[in-house]
Formats: sequence, structure tokens, C-alpha cells
Amino acid sequence: MNQYAEDGTLVPGDYFMMGNFACVEAAIMAGCRFYAGYPITPSSEIFESASTRLPQVGGYAVEMEDEIASVAALIGASYAGAKVMTATSGPGFSLMMENIGLAYMMEAPLVIVNVQRAGPSTGIATLVGQGDMMQAKWGTHGDVETIVYCPNSVQEFFDLTIQAFNSAEKFRTPVFVMADQVVAMMWERLRIPGCGEIEVKQRDVLDPKVLSSQVPFDYSEDFLPMPIAGTGCRVNIDSLTHDSRGYPSIEHSVSETLTRHLVGKITGHAREIWKWEEFLLEDAEVAVVSYGCSSRSALRAVKIARSKGIKAGLLRLITPWPFPDEIIERVSSKVSTLVVAEINYGQLIHPIREHSRCPVVGANWAPGTLIDPSAILDALQVVVPS
Amino acid sequence: MTQSIFPVGGPEIKTKSHQWDPLIRSERYPNIWCPGCGIGIVLSSYINAVHKSSIPAEKHICICGIGCTGRVSGYLNLDSYHTTHGRGIAFATGMSVIRPDLEITVVAGDGDISTIGGNHLIHAARRNTDLNVIMVNNLNYGMTGGQHGATTPLGARTHTSPYGNVESPFNVPYLVSAAGASFVARWTTIHVRQLLRAIKRMMEIEGFAFLEVVSPCPPTFGEFNNYPEALDMMNYFRDKSVVDNDADLRDITITARPEDPIVVGNFVDRRRPSYQELLSGLHEKSSDKSARGGPNH
Repeated sequence: MNQYAEDGTLVPGDYFMMGNFACVEAAIMAGCRFYAGYPITPSSEIFESASTRLPQVGGYAVEMEDEIASVAALIGASYAGAKVMTATSGPGFSLMMENIGLAYMMEAPLVIVNVQRAGPSTGIATLVGQGDMMQAKWGTHGDVETIVYCPNSVQEFFDLTIQAFNSAEKFRTPVFVMADQVVAMMWERLRIPGCGEIEVKQRDVLDPKVLSSQVPFDYSEDFLPMPIAGTGCRVNIDSLTHDSRGYPSIEHSVSETLTRHLVGKITGHAREIWKWEEFLLEDAEVAVVSYGCSSRSALRAVKIARSKGIKAGLLRLITPWPFPDEIIERVSSKVSTLVVAEINYGQLIHPIREHSRCPVVGANWAPGTLIDPSAILDALQVVVPS
Repeated sequence: MTQSIFPVGGPEIKTKSHQWDPLIRSERYPNIWCPGCGIGIVLSSYINAVHKSSIPAEKHICICGIGCTGRVSGYLNLDSYHTTHGRGIAFATGMSVIRPDLEITVVAGDGDISTIGGNHLIHAARRNTDLNVIMVNNLNYGMTGGQHGATTPLGARTHTSPYGNVESPFNVPYLVSAAGASFVARWTTIHVRQLLRAIKRMMEIEGFAFLEVVSPCPPTFGEFNNYPEALDMMNYFRDKSVVDNDADLRDITITARPEDPIVVGNFVDRRRPSYQELLSGLHEKSSDKSARGGPNH
């Protein structure tokens, strides 16, 4: 049984929990008080749990008519001052793209969890995939830069959900937790840290008094305080390209300034966003690059390869976007080949190849299951003949 | 009292000050609307209602979608949000759940509210979300140059129905009433006093309040359908509007036949619990330890 404190949060300690439930507990600890969703497998436990848990902490979980409405409602609630999230899977993620673009443009902090499943279109709702990795970056139209976290365990699903809220608030942007069916439905040990151990970023809110002497959007700054509805700011928040006053404009310089701001506030701070993990790379001759649940198969494959005398290592990407180009450049300059293991027919392999100093091959697998470590091992044995 | 206005890219304009000035972003004028457009009448009716309401201006929120009517929020000196096409009601739903104390009004066109956003419209009416929705119905897509939508009368001509529209339109007040709205009205842009009264009433209603404003669009819908001049459609509204607050809503579809009436009125004004009222009740229910929670709780 879960133990709850007076304020409704989980009592610190060790629990045995499913990834989807851990995600909700993390969101609550990060301050999330609004969830708008539409049921979809394999993310539904997040919505169900949010529906039970958020009212207990004074929050709201509402069911919208579709995922388009879910994200629109998140942005509205975000501008009302709440920390907000939703969760979905591939088909819902596709529907969300329109208003994800609106969230970028309105600089609304929100967290979207995508529990990736198998296949295009409806695909296989109950099986695993990693086929939405490029969509997370390129799914909405126009130039944007994005922040994505990829957990590979229940504990990390918890930790990165809190991190996603903190990044959303700091960068005033939608942030994605690209989980997958395996991580989301797996039950594992979860350590809930004490409140003092969790860093929670509070929103930087615009004081309406400053508007008598300054514009609401000073794009010379990367991080701008957010005008909250009903606090007297009376600012125009626009989906159209807008100037420093928030007014629509078709001036070339306005478009340049705004788009550079939206992209630059993230790319300019990429090094502080990047998270990755290295395993046995010190003396490696070949490196596997992987993320999410696939990285668990990759770790197994690397260990078997080592037992066979192949000097293999693992680079696990925790933040595939903004793309960690410097890390790929560094690791790829010390090995003969990179093997990219992912549950799709080649997605993150493309930016990896773009930045790699050595040849890159894919260990691709997408029948709806975890990658069999032997498939990665086969690729390692091909590139490093014994 | 006079004041100077500095429109974007234009010369200084000296004008008499007006009691509504604090509610308008006058530096954004002139507005983008065509001569003869009815949206300005809807804008002024809304401003007048905000001005006369007992709710302070900083608690009034205007949320718009995309299209000609979508530009309304940008001219208002309020917290204003110009969202995506059709999604204003969904956006407003999230905001109103977190801040039920705000007086949120969604103003958008017929294509926005009833066509691309039709799903959000009926579900907000079903939930009885405490919002005001003003749908300016100019019977076509104006900003994109005049195409037919879900409100274009059967047989009417537009750029995408050059031989006459083969789709029957939504009778939106009937639709929204059936879905459960607390307040439903239809007026035209010639009914300025009735518009003001309706919008003021919507701001008092605790629940989903919907107003359709039939509005002229001389350069596109008008040009195609024998109302090419600014006054043509206003004359049609004056001559053919029939006020009937007790109308059978099944019978008030707007047609393309100039001899048919436009039935207007405050059709529905009823009370049932709003979405926000029911949602806030969940906090108490969820604190009852004996209540059954979801899985894993």
C-alpha cells in the first residue's frame, strides 16, 4: 500500500510501482495540479491515476473530447497559473501536434508524456515501439527546438518527470517525456526521495507593475517571466508571429527575432539540458548508442560482447533533443563504429550519423517487442570481426 | 478631452477620448476588417458589456480562434489570447477550471466555432462549462476569401460552392441547446441593444452561454449572394428578422431564400450545475478515505 502524507504526496521511502503510476506521483511532487487527457493505451494508467490523485491534492484531472482539446486546455490552464501535464501514445501524439505548436509560440510550460507503442497509425496498442522520436522534434510545423527526456526504468520515469516540469518552467516551453510501453507498464522498485531532496522550479511570473515602463516580451532575454491571466497584466498572447508588445506583425525583423528566440533559448542552453550515461566507453573500440527501454537490451549486449572479447561500450542518451552533438562527436572520435539500437527502422540514427566521426550502423528491430540483445550483439560482431 | 493615437505605420490621429478607451488597444487601429463587416459591431457590444459589468476589467478574459473574428481579442486591452483555429473553447476550458473566478468569453467565427471546432462546442455545452461563447456567423469563411462552411445555407454560392452549396447547414442554436447549454441566443448585427443585453446576461450565467450573431460579409458572401453593398445585408436583417424568444428551435435554420425569416431571440435561459461547480465538489469527495480510489491507491 502506498503511504501518503498530510499534503497528499507519497511518504519518502521504497515502493514497488508501475512506471505509469510513478510518473503521476512525480508530477504531483513537481507541483502539477492540472491534467487534461484522452484515454489511450498504453498510457491510460497515467490518466486514471491522475484522476484519483490530483483531486486529493487540490488539483484537477479532466477528460477532453480529443487530444487536440487536451493540449489546448493545458495551455489555457498553464496561462491560468497551473503546472500542467497530459499523457498519450502515438495516435494521440499526432493529434496533439497542432497545439504543441501553439504552446511553443505562446511559450506555455507544459509536460507531455508519450508512452510509445508499436507501428504507424493505430499500430499495436499494447506493444512497444520507439517510432515517435523524430515526431517529438519535427512533428509540429515551423522552426522550433524541443526538450525530450527518455527514461529507461521506473525510477528514471519518476526522476525525469520532475525534471521535465522543471525544464518546462525554466524554458517556458512544452517538454516531452518519451517513455515507451515497457518502461510505462513495468513494475520496479521506486525510491521516493524526501521533499528536501527534490528540486522543484517555481514559475517566474510577470509582475503587471513593470508593464508601465517595459514591454512584456523583451527578446534580448532568453527566459521571460510569464503573464498570468487575471493578475492585471492585460497582455495579448498570440499564435501569430508577434512583436515585443505581443502584437501580430508581418515585419521580417519581428519574425526573425521571435523565431530565433524560440529556438535559441533552448539551443543556447543545450549543455545544461543534456543528460547521458556512459558504460565501458573508456577503452571501447565500438560503441552502442541507445535510449529508453532499448538501452537495457544494449547494456546486456555490451556485457555479452565483452565476455566474448569485443571491446564494446554503451552511450545512453537520456536527452535525445536538443541533440547532444558534442557528445556524439567525442564518443565517435574514439571508436571505430557506432551501433545505434532503437525500436524503429532508423530514426535517431540520422542525427547521430550527421555528427559522428566514424561509421554508424543501425541495430533496428520493430516487431513490437524489446530488442533481443542478440540482435545488437550480431551487429557488434559484424563491425568488429573476432 | 482629446487624445493622440499612433497607428502602426500611419500618421498620428487626434481623437476625442471615450469612456471605453481603457478597454481598447487604440494603437493597433485601424482594424483589419473590410468596409461593411459586422464584427466591429460585435466587438463594440462586447466592450460595452465589459464596461457595464460589475466585474473588473482584469478579470475579463477574451479568447479567440482564427479568422476574421479571431482578430477581436487583439484589439482589446484585456488579457487576450489568439489561439488556434477552432480550439478557443478547449483553451478556455483549461483556464476556467483553474480560475473559475475569471469571466471568460470566447469570440470566434462560425467556421471556427461550429465547423473545425464543432466538437469542442458541443462538448463544452454538454459539460455546461462556465464560459461565454459569441459566434459571429457571416455564413462563410471570410478571411480566406469566401468558402462554404457548416453554416452556409443550402444553395448559397461561395468560391467552393460555385454552383450552390449542396450541404445542409447546422442550425447552431438548436444544436447547442440540445447539447445542454444554459443560455442560447441568436441576434443579428442590426440588434445592437439586444446584443448588449444578451452579452450582459451571459456574463451573469453560471454555465455555458452561447450567442450567435448573424453578420454581414459584403465582399465574399454578400458579393456571391446578392448582398454586395454594406447596407444590403443589414436591410435584409432589418426586414426579415423575427423576434421569437419561444421559437421552436427545430424551425430556425437560416436559409438562402431571401423571403424566409431569420428567427432571433433569447431562446434558452435555464439553470443546471456548471462543470466548474461539479469539479470543485471532487476535492471533498477525494478526501474521503473510505471512497474507492483507482488502481494502486
